[in-house]
Amino acid sequence: MSETTHTGPVLAADGTPLKKSLARALRVEKMRALLMIAPLLLFVMFSFIWPIGEMLFRSVDNREVGEVLPKTVAVLKDWDGTSGELPDETVYQAFTADMLVAIDAKQHTKLGRRLNFEKTGISSLFRKSGRKIKKLDLETDGPFKEALIKIDKKWGDVETWKAIQTHSVNYTNGYYLNAIDMQRTPEGVAVQSESKRIMMTLFKRTLWMSLVITGMCVLLGYPVAWILANLPARSANLLMILVLLPFWTSLLVRTSAWKVMLQQQGVINEVLVWLGLVATDDRLVIINNATGTVIAMTHILLPFMILPMYSVMQTIQPTYLRAAKSLGATNWTAFWRVYFPQSIPGIGAGSILVFILSIGYYITPEIVGGAKGVFISNRIAYHISISGNWGLAAALGAILLAAVLVLYWAYDKIVGIDNVKLG
Amino acid sequence: MAALTPISRKPFWLVALVVGLFGAFIGLFVGTANGSGPIGAICGAALLVGLAFLYINVLKDERAGRGITFAGLGIAGFAGAGIPGAVLGAIFGAVGGWMIYWIYEGRYRSYLPPYLTAGQVLWHYAFRVICGAIFIFLITPILVVMPLSFNAENFFTFTPEMLRFDPEGYSLKHYRDFFSNNEWQRSFKNSLIIAPIATVISVSLGTMAAIGLSQSHVPARRAIMAILISPMIVPLIISATGMFFFYSQFGNWMESTLGLDKNLVGYIKVILAHAVLGIPFVIITVTATLVGFDRSLTRAAANMGADPITTFFRVQMPLILPGVISGGLFAFITSFDEVVVVLFVGSASQKTLPWQMFTGLREQISPTILAVATILVFISICLLTTLEMLRRRSERLRGMSPS
Repeated sequence: MSETTHTGPVLAADGTPLKKSLARALRVEKMRALLMIAPLLLFVMFSFIWPIGEMLFRSVDNREVGEVLPKTVAVLKDWDGTSGELPDETVYQAFTADMLVAIDAKQHTKLGRRLNFEKTGISSLFRKSGRKIKKLDLETDGPFKEALIKIDKKWGDVETWKAIQTHSVNYTNGYYLNAIDMQRTPEGVAVQSESKRIMMTLFKRTLWMSLVITGMCVLLGYPVAWILANLPARSANLLMILVLLPFWTSLLVRTSAWKVMLQQQGVINEVLVWLGLVATDDRLVIINNATGTVIAMTHILLPFMILPMYSVMQTIQPTYLRAAKSLGATNWTAFWRVYFPQSIPGIGAGSILVFILSIGYYITPEIVGGAKGVFISNRIAYHISISGNWGLAAALGAILLAAVLVLYWAYDKIVGIDNVKLG
Repeated sequence: MAALTPISRKPFWLVALVVGLFGAFIGLFVGTANGSGPIGAICGAALLVGLAFLYINVLKDERAGRGITFAGLGIAGFAGAGIPGAVLGAIFGAVGGWMIYWIYEGRYRSYLPPYLTAGQVLWHYAFRVICGAIFIFLITPILVVMPLSFNAENFFTFTPEMLRFDPEGYSLKHYRDFFSNNEWQRSFKNSLIIAPIATVISVSLGTMAAIGLSQSHVPARRAIMAILISPMIVPLIISATGMFFFYSQFGNWMESTLGLDKNLVGYIKVILAHAVLGIPFVIITVTATLVGFDRSLTRAAANMGADPITTFFRVQMPLILPGVISGGLFAFITSFDEVVVVLFVGSASQKTLPWQMFTGLREQISPTILAVATILVFISICLLTTLEMLRRRSERLRGMSPS
């Protein structure tokens, strides 16, 4: 019998080196896992991440002006708007040339609408002048400075040209400035005119009311979570239904319930009047203002506070509390120094969750909030569906998204995203 | 639960104080209904305190005392306000009679640790009352909506007929309106088309991805997970804004390039948008189920010659089915309840039930909304029950005793 020496690599059954064979098996396994994930990942990337990216892009995208008025933008670059003098004939000629092309393509009203967000009145100027500029002939009707000013004297206003010049860049910070009550002017960044200043109020209100709602949820949720965690399992499960039922009920159902309850002729006011606590002509105004929003949203978000608190409190040993008491602590000391610190992770998780949910809320403030109880999200919806200022809506959305992502990052650090539980 | 503390009889003033407060509270309502609240409160308190005095000092028979209170107040209620009065009176009597002896015999102490001071006992019960109030706050809106949906009038409050339990005050007319009104029916149908299809898409893709994610070697698992969960994290208004821009172009492209019908394109847009929103729920529930999945089962199946597809459908799928179904229910309810995205992405012909409710609430609020709300509450109760049963089944399958 000859002796074989195993100096070479260990071989697998088919003769390839074991290391290589294992690496291949691992590669196959990884590929298989990725192939299973791929369809969903592509789907989410395509129909969610991409749209969000597009929204972010839209918040700085301003190519519209340069595309519709390419020649004008080129010659306006050399004009000094601060001098107070009108641009010279070359600008007017380039503008007429651009407008003739734009009118043919029916692009000028769109541009007018875009510039109208920055300077009121430009939309109608573009629309009205469009009909008359159409009749001008580039070859014969010069000089265009006089011709345009004759059509509408606003073309002889330095401010009109300044607005076009300021907003002619391809990528603008203008929408973001508008979103924080500032504006882009030829002289640089300036504060928005008084009548248009609303965003900061809304941002502050959104933050403040979300904080109030979170605080209310902590106050109301803590006792409930405590009692659920400390009752015997059977009764706790029964009471849990009272928490889960509203959690599972449609948002619209709960919002309509609150609308019905909070109205002037609603259930709450009727009961108070009936009990004689409130006079008929002095009914509480608890809808269409901040109070209405806070009441309804506290109710809607309360389960999101109770459930994480409950899961944390379940893990706290009741013996700790008993030990503290047997060592001479009063009820309050035992709770405050022993129980409460252990329940803080639950409060933190619930608070961040409720806060994040409430700063992005739209439906409930829209229905019970009136003018004084709406959030920044209602402004986004307004700009999407009514005013058509999509760039501004995108900028507001981007700011809100940034805030939420920061909060989620904090949530991940404190609680861990993997610990998200449902039901 | 065994009693913790030996109990002893309590002084009369304590009984009088507690039952007096209870009587005054109920009396306030009865009095208000009959003209004057304060007089009612005083009468209620006096009635219960007087009864307590009689029972403790004269009657000295608990069963008789409780029976007399129950029957007596029931009859008094019947004399005052018919059947509803009898029911409310009997309930008041039963609780009042029970409370008198509960305090007097000191039974309220028996399940509490013996070392508690009087203040601590008071706090124990006060805390329960506070919690009860919060539970009522949680459940009231739903409880108010249900009876109001049977209102015979077009009001949003309880009419006097309703409070008297007069059959005249109740009707099914709002439900009839829901089932006969074209607009409501169309939106209901739209919801029933959109939600199931969106659910099927998110469940099938989501389950496959969750199984992929649960393999032991997945590169960049955290990043992939973050992307897949993101539709749940990003506030709906932002998702809706992004989707609004995206789907208006995508819709135009489908109409012009693929030549699809405008209506069909509208449905495709809304369904895809809702499918994305449901995915995180499927991923989370299915991955949670897979954590407890015994991997040797699939290996055993492969060992016995089953190909991966057979293994999946015959071995793995039946075991993780509860998780998949509950993920699907979450996805379904997400789509079924969703307003913001459909508002931005859909057009009028894709109006869903929540959208219809939203417009109703914003413009001309009609009581039909309450009927719809009641139906939706009923649906969510069914879903909740299903989920709970699935959870128990899943725990049994994994060999845990259901809690």
